[in-house]
Amino acid sequence: MTTASAAVSAPAEKKFKFNVRDFGIVFGLIAIMLFLTLNTGTFLTDRNFINLFDQAAIVGLLAAAATLCIISGVFDLSSTASLAVSAIAGVMITQHFGVAAGFIGALLVGAALGTLTGLIVVSTKVNSFIGTLAVSIIYRGLAIVITGGAIVAPLPEQLFAFQTWTWPSLFGLTAGSVLMLAMTIVLGIVLWRTTFGRRIYAVGGNLEAARLSGIRTGSIHVAVYAISGLCSAMAGMILASRAGSAQPAMAIGVELTAIAAVVIGGTSILGGQGAMWRAFVGVMILTVISNGFNLLHWDTTYQQVVTGVLILVAVAADGLFFRKAVR
Amino acid sequence: MAIQQLATPEHVHPGRAPEISVAGIGKRYGSSTVLQGVTLSIAPGEIHGIMGENGAGKSTLLKILGGAIVADSGTVALDGRTVRITAPRDSISNGISLISQELALIPGLSVLENVFLGRWSNTGSLLRSRKDAAHFARLLEETGFTLDPRAIVGTLPIGQAQQVEILKALARGAKVLCMDEPTAVLNEAEKAQLLQVIRKLASSGTTVILVSHYLEEVLGLVDRVTVLRDGRHIVTEDAAGHTPESLVGLMVGREVDFVIPEIPPVPAGAKTVFEAVGLTSTKVKDVSFTVRQGEILGLAGLVGSGRSEALLAAFGADRITAGHVEINGRRIRGNSIREAIKAGIGLVPESRKEQGLVMSRPASENIALPTLSDRSLGGLVRVGREKTAVAGITRSVDLRGARKGAPIANLSGGNQQKALFAKWLLNPPAVLMVDEPTRGVDIAAKALIHGLIVELAARGTAVIVVSSELEEVIGLSHRIHVMRQGRIVAEFDRNASRDEVMTSAFMK
Repeated sequence: MTTASAAVSAPAEKKFKFNVRDFGIVFGLIAIMLFLTLNTGTFLTDRNFINLFDQAAIVGLLAAAATLCIISGVFDLSSTASLAVSAIAGVMITQHFGVAAGFIGALLVGAALGTLTGLIVVSTKVNSFIGTLAVSIIYRGLAIVITGGAIVAPLPEQLFAFQTWTWPSLFGLTAGSVLMLAMTIVLGIVLWRTTFGRRIYAVGGNLEAARLSGIRTGSIHVAVYAISGLCSAMAGMILASRAGSAQPAMAIGVELTAIAAVVIGGTSILGGQGAMWRAFVGVMILTVISNGFNLLHWDTTYQQVVTGVLILVAVAADGLFFRKAVR
Repeated sequence: MAIQQLATPEHVHPGRAPEISVAGIGKRYGSSTVLQGVTLSIAPGEIHGIMGENGAGKSTLLKILGGAIVADSGTVALDGRTVRITAPRDSISNGISLISQELALIPGLSVLENVFLGRWSNTGSLLRSRKDAAHFARLLEETGFTLDPRAIVGTLPIGQAQQVEILKALARGAKVLCMDEPTAVLNEAEKAQLLQVIRKLASSGTTVILVSHYLEEVLGLVDRVTVLRDGRHIVTEDAAGHTPESLVGLMVGREVDFVIPEIPPVPAGAKTVFEAVGLTSTKVKDVSFTVRQGEILGLAGLVGSGRSEALLAAFGADRITAGHVEINGRRIRGNSIREAIKAGIGLVPESRKEQGLVMSRPASENIALPTLSDRSLGGLVRVGREKTAVAGITRSVDLRGARKGAPIANLSGGNQQKALFAKWLLNPPAVLMVDEPTRGVDIAAKALIHGLIVELAARGTAVIVVSSELEEVIGLSHRIHVMRQGRIVAEFDRNASRDEVMTSAFMK
């Protein structure tokens, strides 16, 4: 071979550089916050921050779960349908067995629904996007069946206890916000430091390589959906607690906001890449923008335009950077 | 979907195929030369066979004619006129059509729609299928095919789908058909029909250029045959003067770019570690073989002969319908990758990108993946232990350039391949199966990987090597099994000649 000398000289490895993609989004969040601090007197106040985190609680929980799903290579569009069913179940159990039993029941129902979704997607091998879309319609239907389409509420004397999740707790944040932050941290650690987390990345990054490494890829996906169901139930619990009631049409469409937050944070929709902090940053960006429109008294109709543009920019940047990284 | 309006082929004399002359054709991918200075000519109406070993450059040459690959150097001339072929469109407008192994048909459309794909007769933009139907009937008459024009292509057996592809080429005015391994996927009856059609087309003036592994078949069909070896043109001669043996003699003997390592003999009395008994899947039939401690067994054969599939079946990755695997005399449950790994089998698969590595993750995580549970406490990864273990194995396979947190996609092919080995060496395996261990790596990495395989065996691992590079299999193995059409058809020892091995791989 004539190329021997050229090939023997060690091939130059690409240097691992600090790139904009890794932390650019954090600077984005800081920039927005700085802008709001300078332009409003009310942004940088305790009350506004408590409010901010409370607003982020629902999407935050769903986005944490969506991060696990997306990194493992699947979508869960059934999350808010599970949210509705588990919130309704929680309220109904509360009516009969008290508030504590109601909350525990809601979580169990959510985890069970998530597991079921996972089993359906894995065993039918349907594309997860379509599969969970179908499942979400089934669950919403189920919610109407069990409520008869009506709003359900705990008994009047239970209402005070039922609204636990709106009470102030750690650092004055609402209990709901604290639950969201705690779950984000716990699931972040799961992703970052556990064997389960490593397998999630492997399954999403290359399903066949994961399988040939002895990973039960189906079990990983079912587990991820189960966690998603659990997080949905938590979000449902908080939402019902806030409203003092639950109903079949709760949080319709919020599953998409959660996916948007994950993507804005910089987790690749292709799977196998991303991190929990990214979801958190994505959620905070969306929440702060919404908060900013309120504080600045801007017309909130433009908020949707801004959010949409942001998602496009994030996905386009992802495509660009990811392709560069893998080629 | 590029649906281009094709102009009337201007360079093609209606009814007559051009004389094709290629001169000095060369093609390189990175540091490897696939074709070099290939010069030959093909007469109008001739059936021409292009033969060679795995990787000799046959398909590349065919794809260059078909416009699917652009040559780095050289010229193609039709009837003495040099033509520029940089895309399939150029070939088609010059009357040359490529029929690849993967058929380029739209499964959801009908036979008629596929045959005239993108060139349906129309008035304005209204389709006039009656005119097409008439044209279709004429084509059927010419070829003798019996195809229902309304049948949906996706529902047709592969042999008929191939006929649709041939009709599509003819409908575009093809006078030269370039066919890549057309009979590989066909059953006996379909094969016989295809050969008949090829003869018929040739007798009516169409040139057919054929790449095939099946020596007898080619010799019985073609007028002339070209042999390529190592990307170089060896001969173009009348087929009549050749026998399968004489062709094999011309095909084998490629230049090696590595020094065959010294391999220590298997100790006398080494016990059998691995035994496959009658493994049968959709791709392999009744495959049985044994490997002893410290022995390297080579599986040779043509691409598609079932070598990789035999490994996947033994590893529990491809579903087996019969047979089993024994490790140290203990039968392991089939169809379970986890059982195979637990029993001490490791598999370095054929494709790093598709089967081997999670490209978006760092090298360290890839290496740690199969043995994660060995270094965990309550589900948490023991990061310290992992770091030590990975650092150790990284050194021993000489994996370089892996930076903390950087995706393994950033490493060179050679280093990725080393990581793939490291993944299975973290817990020393009883049996290591390696499929194409040095594909797409540079010479230095190749030598290192060969050394690694030999050293593993010397330390008592039973190794199974699959490679399309005959010299590599023979050079690395104590014993060689040759596979053909899913079965083991021959066994040789280390001193076998390349001719012997190749002959058994090629012939019935």
